[in-house]
Amino acid sequence: MNPTDTTNRPGVSIAGVGTQATGAPKSDAADPVMELSGVSVYYGAYEAVRDTSMPIQEKQITAMIGPSGCGKSTILRSLNRMNDLIPGARVSGAVTYHGQDLYAKDVDPIEVRRRIGMVFQKPNPFPKSIYDNVAYGPRVTGMKVSSMDDLVEKALRDAALWDEVKDKLKTSGLALSGGQQQRLCIARTIAVRPEIILMDEPCSALDPIATAKIEDLMSELSNDYTIVIVTHNMQQAARVSHYTAFFTAEVDEQQERHGRLVEFSQTGKLFTNPADKRTEDYITGRFG
Amino acid sequence: MSTSTSNAGSAAGSALRGGRRRPVDSTVKVLLVAAALVSVATTIGIVIALVQPTIGFFQQVSIVEFVTGTSWTPTFAQKAYGVLPLVAATLTVTGVALTIAVPLGLGSAIYLSEYANPRTRKVLKPIIELLAGVPTVVYGFVALFALNPLLQKWWPTDNGPAFQNLLIAGIAMGIMIVPTIASISEDSMAAVPRSLREGAYALASTKMQVSTRVVVPAAMSGIVAAVVLGISRAVGETMIVTIAGGLTSDRIVLNPLEGAATMTAFIANISSGDIPVGSLDYDSVFAVGALLFLITFALNAVSIRMVRRFREVYE
Repeated sequence: MNPTDTTNRPGVSIAGVGTQATGAPKSDAADPVMELSGVSVYYGAYEAVRDTSMPIQEKQITAMIGPSGCGKSTILRSLNRMNDLIPGARVSGAVTYHGQDLYAKDVDPIEVRRRIGMVFQKPNPFPKSIYDNVAYGPRVTGMKVSSMDDLVEKALRDAALWDEVKDKLKTSGLALSGGQQQRLCIARTIAVRPEIILMDEPCSALDPIATAKIEDLMSELSNDYTIVIVTHNMQQAARVSHYTAFFTAEVDEQQERHGRLVEFSQTGKLFTNPADKRTEDYITGRFG
Repeated sequence: MSTSTSNAGSAAGSALRGGRRRPVDSTVKVLLVAAALVSVATTIGIVIALVQPTIGFFQQVSIVEFVTGTSWTPTFAQKAYGVLPLVAATLTVTGVALTIAVPLGLGSAIYLSEYANPRTRKVLKPIIELLAGVPTVVYGFVALFALNPLLQKWWPTDNGPAFQNLLIAGIAMGIMIVPTIASISEDSMAAVPRSLREGAYALASTKMQVSTRVVVPAAMSGIVAAVVLGISRAVGETMIVTIAGGLTSDRIVLNPLEGAATMTAFIANISSGDIPVGSLDYDSVFAVGALLFLITFALNAVSIRMVRRFREVYE
């Protein structure tokens, strides 16, 4: 399915494929690996995000941007069923992964999370050694590995952390700096070889140098992984992503705020020639 | 108008000057310091009260006999002062108690912290903590007259548990310390940041794996502190072992189906008889008491150190 297919959803405009501006996709878009259609997320009776439809393209970086409270993190967490952990959270509409509905009755959320990993806003290494942090996922998922040492080394190399930690694998992950901890969390995530990595504002707790390292790493990782990133930082979305979804918060008649997808398109197009006035206002700093 | 403003102004100004004392504050402070000093003074008083008779005891009985002797018979004609039978009984009862209390306590803590929904936890936790308030004399009688007859009835072989025995005392004591272990362990598990659990779930962990591989290890120092506190309660517990544990102390009893006197049971028993102040028997109570004090003191010190280490983990 092509991303342009969703253009007829009210309030959402989707750009055509093809312009090779900044943030253009690496190749012509194939079938999306994930697809959201008419997804709404509720917390109890409250509808936090309304009617979201967008594709996630394989081995591309898709960014979700928008002001606070626009529901971008909520949508992200619905992609690997992390919302299941919040009592009262409920998802309507369809989130499909290779055509399979993630919220179908017979789907095991543990299996979903093995294929769709997540990196969080605040680095959250376990209070275990660096080695055990990386080996945790393969161990709990019962991965058949010929050499755990090799797997740990590969994951740490892929997360651009190996050279900094190879001599202290037995020390606590908490002894690392914030940026290193976040890369450790990325290494830990890729150690289970997921297909998709979700990142929830992964750089918001980091300084600019650590942020730049993570951004380089994301570009590197997008050769092998599909990445979805939520960010507050528009420049970051512009720098690293191939596709961008802009969310905003709408206030309804009952004065309740609901998150809503305004525009989804190739990143270069969204930042240089947004289709929606609200997107333009946001990226030019007129609101949000 | 202008007069009233200036009046108000000067009144406010004088209110700021330090004329007004607050006698209540200083009185409260004195009372609070006094309250704190009472407990410190009590501890020091206990140590002093223990020291003199203990010294008196060791002037007549060698420390070597006390520490290595295998018979404790201060009330017999043939007196012997080897503390090992008492220590062995204490260890046996404590061992049985921990075998019961650690799995039950940790299981309850994991259930409350990881599995129970918030409403269930809100109801269950106070109930478990309430168990800690049951007087130990009640546990003792329940053990002796309700649990032990059942144990004797169901025992598969002929040589079953005696009327009083270390096993039943240990079981009752184990049930007694479950709330201590459950409550403190649950506190330390609840203190494990939510972000660690989310990280583990995001790595495709099951709930059981999150509990046992992330939450329990992260809360380990708090759990160890809870267990150490449980041990020190078990070692110091008196009523259950006095009622249900038995009194044998002339030899080391290793079979938990037999009765034997623990350190605390000996002290309680001999103290309720009439022994002349200053006699060797009298002093022997203090020698055992001093040993008990040292053991519980050491355990509490370990426990406090563990709790402190636990606090540092996430800072």
